[in-house]
Amino acid sequence: MTEVLFFIFAAVAVGGAVGVVMSRSSVASLLFTVATLASTAGIYVLLEAHFLAAVQIIVYAGAVMVLFLFVIMLLNLGHEYRHDIRGNVALIMGFAVTGGIGGLLARQVGSGSAGLETNLGAGDAIDAALREHGAVGAIAQPLFTDYVVPFELTGILLLVAIVGALVLAKKAS
Amino acid sequence: MLAESLVLAGVIFVLGTLGVIVRRNVIIMFLCIELQLNAVNLTFVAFSRFVGIEGQLFVFFVMTVAAAEAAVGLALIISIFRHYETVNVNHFNLLKW
Repeated sequence: MTEVLFFIFAAVAVGGAVGVVMSRSSVASLLFTVATLASTAGIYVLLEAHFLAAVQIIVYAGAVMVLFLFVIMLLNLGHEYRHDIRGNVALIMGFAVTGGIGGLLARQVGSGSAGLETNLGAGDAIDAALREHGAVGAIAQPLFTDYVVPFELTGILLLVAIVGALVLAKKAS
Repeated sequence: MLAESLVLAGVIFVLGTLGVIVRRNVIIMFLCIELQLNAVNLTFVAFSRFVGIEGQLFVFFVMTVAAAEAAVGLALIISIFRHYETVNVNHFNLLKW
């Protein structure tokens, strides 16, 4: 059952990613991105990361993608269907670069995937933490003890981003 | 399921890279960068099953940084669009030589 669900989600994710690259309209691209993000959230659930799956749907597929949609509407790009794939040189370069990365990944998977199946025991520890603290508590426990300084720095980063976005998007007086 | 997740993350990352290189619409390039970040997040979650819950914490931080990046980047796009009236990156040539 888990395997079947995984392959369904994986197919939707890859199809969405292809759609993002191929579709002519920005709005269609954005909707394909939402499909990819949502099916990735499903894979998070299969990997026992329930809190991250919820955050992925609410923050990523919800808030960030709506922000993108607002910008597309604000700039009035919803009906722009012009062909915007680059010329031949960039096309060849793009396929060369992605073919290189894909070839390296395929070679790595072909040679070393046997070692990946050995369980290092962390999965059982995560399952125990999930049973003891719940889906949110298992993340919150290390986040507010060992990683509290990065957490606070993230808050400062968000503040800087809000102020920066306001200053950049404001009309020059 | 770890190996399959890593392969899926690799495929999504490669497609995102292809989109950034091939497309000229700056908003679609930006969406492809989000795809790449998403692929890396998937790798983190897959490895967290084998290394520890820290992988999931890193995904949390990556999501925050991605949200901040989206806010600032879209503000930049709005600001550039006001000046050039286009989202085609070929017209953004002030820093080209």
